[in-house]
Amino acid sequence: MVTFQFIPYHEIERLTSAKRVNKLLNIVKQNKIVLLEGRLKKEEETDLIEITMEEIGNKFKGIELSVIYPEKDQFSGFRRMKQGFVNVLLGDRQGMTIIGPASVVKKIEQNPNKIELFTKEVRKSSKRKKR
Amino acid sequence: MGFLTNFFNKFFKNLFGKKSHLKLGLYGPPNGGKSTLANRICKDWLGEELSTVSNIPHETREIQVKEQVNIKNKKGKEISFSLVDTPGIATKIDYEDFIKKGMKAKTAKKRAKEATKGVIESIRWLDDMDAVSVVLDATQDPYSQVNITIVGNLAARNIPVLIVANKMDLKKAKMDKVKAAFPQYKVVGVSAKYDKNINDFYEHLFKLVG
Repeated sequence: MVTFQFIPYHEIERLTSAKRVNKLLNIVKQNKIVLLEGRLKKEEETDLIEITMEEIGNKFKGIELSVIYPEKDQFSGFRRMKQGFVNVLLGDRQGMTIIGPASVVKKIEQNPNKIELFTKEVRKSSKRKKR
Repeated sequence: MGFLTNFFNKFFKNLFGKKSHLKLGLYGPPNGGKSTLANRICKDWLGEELSTVSNIPHETREIQVKEQVNIKNKKGKEISFSLVDTPGIATKIDYEDFIKKGMKAKTAKKRAKEATKGVIESIRWLDDMDAVSVVLDATQDPYSQVNITIVGNLAARNIPVLIVANKMDLKKAKMDKVKAAFPQYKVVGVSAKYDKNINDFYEHLFKLVG
């Protein structure tokens, strides 16, 4: 079974960058796939990778990360400017960020028009019948 | 705050002229061919190699720097830079993947630990770069989030970027896909291993930092 947890942007908007990253990573470490409304700042994305690397051990193998974001070119000049102001004031709520534990999510393939999330097969230990 | 610092750094750099000695970073995911390209550059201009290469990911786990690399173009123009070969940036590292490549468990665990430190080091060095070549394996999906995050962070820091689509000698290499993934950047296709189109790479480098 795969568990998704949706995080609305307002849940992280007042947190510092470090707290945001830690909050998301703590959920992922519970073997849940995070669906975050909007996206992290670019520097926070690298912070997420850095902290992930620090946390990697025998149990936690890292994360799969993907950001779905509307192309800027799709917007007209005025709309792009308006969106820029909104992002500065309210944070970047556009699009969605997917973060999954590498032990569950094999890969996330992102083409311009589709997102594909591949999960790992769970190996079931087969019990041999005693003769 | 970081944005303002970068802005003022770039502003004063432009005001007082370009830096005479640059740091050129080779960044990208593991096994894209950063070290092979670094070796090619060093061999071409210094006559010696910089890094060891292998087919097993995370061969480069520490930053490798070659100071004072001077390259010349056809017009006789010269640029001098420190070449910085960085460990591949990844979001996951599993020691069991190294065991599958034939390593013993102890060695694999050690390599994984070193690789995680290498990724952290690569990210921390980003701010020190004056220009970056993002080296991608052209046979792989260019839309991976690691690639997008690296390029996005360089853009946020106003660091000039040249995308290198490496391994163009392979049939599966797709230059068009790399170009489509990064339409706002110059993309040059090369085979660092077989010395294909490297002169084109140098010309693009001159346009980037010259």
